[in-house]
Amino acid sequence: MKKIALLIALLLATAVYAQDRLQQQKLQAGFTLFDGDKDRLLSEKEFKALGEYSPKLKGKPQVVEYLFEKLDLNHDRTLSLQEYLGLSAIDAEQIKASEESQIPYEAPTVKEAAISDDQLLFFERRIRPILVEKCYSCHSGNSESIQGGLVLDTRAGIRRGGNSGPGIVPGNPSMSLVIEAIRFDNSDIQMPPEKSGGRLSEAVISDFEQWVRMGAPDPRDGQAQSVESEWDTEQAKSHWAFQPIVRSALPKLDDETWPKSDIDRYILSGLEAKGVSPNRDASPVALLRRLYFDLIGLPPDIDETSAFLEAYAKDGQSAIGSLVDRLLASPHFGERWGRHWLDVARYAESTGKDVNCLLPQAWRYRDYVIESFNQDKPIDDFLREQIAGDLLPAENERDRARKQIATGFLALGPRGLNERNPRQYALDAADEQIDTVTQAVLGLTVACARCHDHKFDPIPQRDYYALAGIFLSTETCYGTAATFQNIHPSELIDLPKNCGLPRMPKMLSTQQRDALTKELTKIERYGTLQFYGTALKAKISGQGLNVNNDPQKLVMFVGINAKIGEIKAELARYEADGTQKLTAIGVRDYPPTPARRLPTKPRSVPEAFELATGRPDQFRSINDSPLFGRGDVDKPGEKVKRGFLSLIPVKHSTISPNESGRRELSEWLVSIENPLTSRVFANRVWRWLFGSGIVESVDNFGTTGQAPSNQALLDHLALRLQENGWSLKSLIKEIVLSRSYQLASTYRPTNFELDPANALIWRMSPRRLDAECIRDAMLAISGRLQRTPPLGSIVAEQGDGGIGGYPIKSLRAPLSDELFLAADSDYRSVYLPLPRNAIPDSLTVFDFSEPTSVNGKREVTTVPSQALYLLNSEFVATAARLFAERLLRVEPEHRIEMAFQLSFARSPTENERKAVKQYFSDNPNRSSEIDAWTGLCRALMGSAEFRSID
Amino acid sequence: MNPRRFFLQQAGAGIGLLAYAALAHSDSSKPLALRQPHFTPKAKRVVFLCMRGAPSHVDTFDYKPKLAAASGKDGLSPGTKLLASPWKFVPQGTSGLPISELFPHLSERADDLCLINSMHTDVPAHPQAFINLHTGNAQFVRPSLGAWTLYGLGTVNENLPGFVTIAPPTLFGGAQNYGSAFLPAIYQGTRLGVDSRPITNARLRNIQPPVSVDAQRSEIELVQALNREKLNRDVYNPELVGAIESYELAFRMQSDMPKVMALSDESQSTLDAYGIAQGSPTEDFGRKCLLARRMIEAGVRFVELTHSDWDHHFRISQDLPATCQAVDLPIAALLDDLKSRGLLDDTLVVWSGEFGRTPHSQGADGRDHNNKGFTAWMAGGGVKGGYRYGATDELGYEAVEDKMHIHDFHATILHLLGLDHERLTYRYAGRDFRLTDVKGNVARKLLA
Repeated sequence: MKKIALLIALLLATAVYAQDRLQQQKLQAGFTLFDGDKDRLLSEKEFKALGEYSPKLKGKPQVVEYLFEKLDLNHDRTLSLQEYLGLSAIDAEQIKASEESQIPYEAPTVKEAAISDDQLLFFERRIRPILVEKCYSCHSGNSESIQGGLVLDTRAGIRRGGNSGPGIVPGNPSMSLVIEAIRFDNSDIQMPPEKSGGRLSEAVISDFEQWVRMGAPDPRDGQAQSVESEWDTEQAKSHWAFQPIVRSALPKLDDETWPKSDIDRYILSGLEAKGVSPNRDASPVALLRRLYFDLIGLPPDIDETSAFLEAYAKDGQSAIGSLVDRLLASPHFGERWGRHWLDVARYAESTGKDVNCLLPQAWRYRDYVIESFNQDKPIDDFLREQIAGDLLPAENERDRARKQIATGFLALGPRGLNERNPRQYALDAADEQIDTVTQAVLGLTVACARCHDHKFDPIPQRDYYALAGIFLSTETCYGTAATFQNIHPSELIDLPKNCGLPRMPKMLSTQQRDALTKELTKIERYGTLQFYGTALKAKISGQGLNVNNDPQKLVMFVGINAKIGEIKAELARYEADGTQKLTAIGVRDYPPTPARRLPTKPRSVPEAFELATGRPDQFRSINDSPLFGRGDVDKPGEKVKRGFLSLIPVKHSTISPNESGRRELSEWLVSIENPLTSRVFANRVWRWLFGSGIVESVDNFGTTGQAPSNQALLDHLALRLQENGWSLKSLIKEIVLSRSYQLASTYRPTNFELDPANALIWRMSPRRLDAECIRDAMLAISGRLQRTPPLGSIVAEQGDGGIGGYPIKSLRAPLSDELFLAADSDYRSVYLPLPRNAIPDSLTVFDFSEPTSVNGKREVTTVPSQALYLLNSEFVATAARLFAERLLRVEPEHRIEMAFQLSFARSPTENERKAVKQYFSDNPNRSSEIDAWTGLCRALMGSAEFRSID
Repeated sequence: MNPRRFFLQQAGAGIGLLAYAALAHSDSSKPLALRQPHFTPKAKRVVFLCMRGAPSHVDTFDYKPKLAAASGKDGLSPGTKLLASPWKFVPQGTSGLPISELFPHLSERADDLCLINSMHTDVPAHPQAFINLHTGNAQFVRPSLGAWTLYGLGTVNENLPGFVTIAPPTLFGGAQNYGSAFLPAIYQGTRLGVDSRPITNARLRNIQPPVSVDAQRSEIELVQALNREKLNRDVYNPELVGAIESYELAFRMQSDMPKVMALSDESQSTLDAYGIAQGSPTEDFGRKCLLARRMIEAGVRFVELTHSDWDHHFRISQDLPATCQAVDLPIAALLDDLKSRGLLDDTLVVWSGEFGRTPHSQGADGRDHNNKGFTAWMAGGGVKGGYRYGATDELGYEAVEDKMHIHDFHATILHLLGLDHERLTYRYAGRDFRLTDVKGNVARKLLA
């Protein structure tokens, strides 16, 4: 052992000058030895430990630090072997220079008596590996959650110990709690736990004892991380977003002539403070395209372009004003802005996850959102209706239906229909609703408080279960066929008969009904026979009836149950006259006491299943939720009174014992005293118009989110939203008529240097269009766009089974996802089918919002699959051909001009005319006019300008 | 300005999000660029042989002599009887690894295999367990193993997708099993075919040009001329530069990808080795394996191929041998082929189902689901060959020795790829996510 120590000392003495291969190998040996946690990386700590053993470097922490910085090429604060071997290339000169530099010297905080080489080796060989492998996952500064307030990854930490006292008392094993724990002497502390492999071997335990006896020599310098087992309430409560919205005085400006509105004053004040001058105003063409795509998601037609330019030449401001009014009044506005909200609402038309059953009524919610935005429904009402529409007064049957449909917001989340534990299923569903509501409306990740108090925001676990009680008292109705794997089908919401909403056209003929009824009778009889046979056998054998004891029977019963459920659901979808029933997905309150309890003595296969998988009785009425310890459904604790987040104390009516509390929840959310809702919504609007939010983390306003780049502006917008009766259109109008929105996107190096992210808004950021805009623009330009909305959705025509379909025991032929992946139509993209896991390619290729959870911020990627789509897809080919045919209908000399006007709302440049000419002379298809022009049109639609707005 | 200093200045606002923003920013144009692993990797790429349906471990790779002796006695679940494996296990190779006679060809490669007999997972239901196997979490939508791998390492051939999944099921989580969830979309697996259709029919979407190569080239020239014109106007526009590059990549990819997929340029002897003969039981999986080899060779980082027929509740005495036969020769050929090309040393081959089956019978001729113990195996890059890691109890019910949970399995795979599963994180919704959540231990004993 001595020999090895000597070797290390030797090699490190020469390490920094190492040149030859042998020395490299020695260097490598040093790396391996000091890589204490064997991750093949030297942390700064490990490197410092190594430095302490080099005579050259010992006692020169600033040199060691310098070397570390120098070697850490990728700045990940660790050295890979390769980086470390860079030592051999650093010469003495550099080291000397760094010694003389001005880096202040900081004394190490924990001084320790020198450790002998033997002791060090003992620690590195016998102790550290065990600590790393068995303890660090719960007891180190890097642990997800530090257990018992104990960290063992530093000398200071292991000695200080945790909540129960000092971990190690050097020289005294019997006083050391770590030793007590690993001996398993004390039944209260036994470590490591089972999941880390349980009790250590005797040999290891005696190593630890020996180590403590020798004084617990420990090279691991560094401060023990101070451990907070809970968040600091007071500090987190003072987080900016939780403070009331402030009406600040309008800022004084150097240049009073620039602003056109209050928004501009806040923006310019920020720019002036940083000495950044804003861009000039955008060209009328850039502004026209910007407004068209931002407000209605479609390009301007040629006539519209020329009319606007003409008006603009006369009076710019009035031309812009009337254009904005016209676009806001267009029915396409709701299609564009409704889609934004559908991202937030994680809107999709199937349940996703394991079974992925279609939701053929989901489109009614989609249409509700579009209609609401077109009507400029006040946003507070819009939110109220989505959470508690069923509990609000209605003007008439149509209004009643709309409000019921609005609650689809709570019903269209992803759900694991194959979940075997009914209690787990109920709690997961409520969790999904809590997560969606709080992120969408409040920008808070309340669902993080399911298992423990929120780690970063002042949201105690109790508050989570106060909300959970509300949602557990709520029945969620989403339908879905009882297919082979779906063990949680539900009812649907019946809409008022005379609400006047359209029905899907498919009918059930008398013959079909008869056939289904016959099939049902047959399978029910067979089921009853099987059921009683099994029950009888169970009685005779004395084992009692439990299908789980007979797997063979279980599979048979699953099949019978699925088929009965499927047929019943199918029959239930139609009125007596064969038309489809008016149904929706949505929610309603459970009654104050359970209307029906789970069967205790099943008399049929479906009842046996209901007993095994049905929603537990405790969640079938208005009820408070227990606090589930660690979120575990098997650890219900005391009940928590239904309520809201204590973080935002708002005066509100108390929750009636006969209602779930959703109505009061929605009032609490939109209350004037709630500082989050209007801020979060106004920030979303800003993000949808500027490409980045004032708070960039649009779905997270908590302490882990980003700070606002301009809080005065954000508060101004939030107040304006409230003052204007929560009118979205008014807010949008105020923003787009500001000078800030109308800036040119021109790149200016000096400004870019100062503010590359454009957080100050010195220009309009150039943006890539959303998937829907790209597709809709192609439809529009090719003349193919069908502007009246379709009835329903392709999904609604496919029933409520699972995508893929289970290969056995199903009424239906397996439903391929191809139908949806390749879906195409002449309608706007917002009307394409959107089952989870089967979103049409034309949308996913351009970063469509993944509908698994709230998303107010789409990604923008630039990948080859987009180019492949633009070059090779059938959709683009068809659009290009129709576009070409449109061009060929005009006089030859106008074609190029028209092509550019339609694509970019401008004439071609000289260079572009040349490039087009070149294209026609190079193209081997030039003999066929239509083919050559189709290629040209595809190229225009594939160009970057087509899918971007300046 | 020094970018690091800029970064530190902004750090007060929430270091995690900024780190994410910086990452997203620096990577947005080249999210697939090659990235340094955390430490020297043993394997550079992965072939994941995914056996959907839950193969019976006691009939394949987990030899249980006591089970044979106890056959017919009461099983652990009430009313069940233990069922000995009807197939013989013989020690194979110099290592003497016991492998069932159902795998005559793989048995000859026993010295390359590292059996993991101590696998276990959370739920004995196919969908949850299958998703768990792929993403480590059945409860929430999380990125898949392949997506994490691509995120961690990037790709070496930008003319091809970095993660390809061959014939995955549309059920049992569907695209979630090769999805990227909150990771950038580019890390999602490219699907080739589905489990319900023969792979020979599979086509990649949008890979076939609608016009001749020359005509397309002239179109691309026009696109690029328009793009360059815009770039001149914009002066600075990195996304546009990315778009220009991606058009060229796509152009190359559409010629490369079909080439990789064209098995017609393989010799007859290769086709024979993989068992690819019209109508033969090994044809379909043979094609999948050969495709996998071609992709691995061409630089695809992660290739997954699925065989979906292991759910043997009823006729296990007939169906299990048929399924084993379908995969045995092709997998053996794949191992040989990788080896002869010098690729096996740094390619990790992984074989696993979502769980195992019961040592007792279900009905007269079947076995039920068992999540408490099952077997996976690895071969190639960085694992011990001819090695048996961990064990189930003497009947094969439950993993008892060196238990390997799915999280441990994932941690070990990432480790072999040079990635520390605790450091491979992605900031999302305010916290750092990992493939292994807060769990996972690297099974160091099986490392070569």
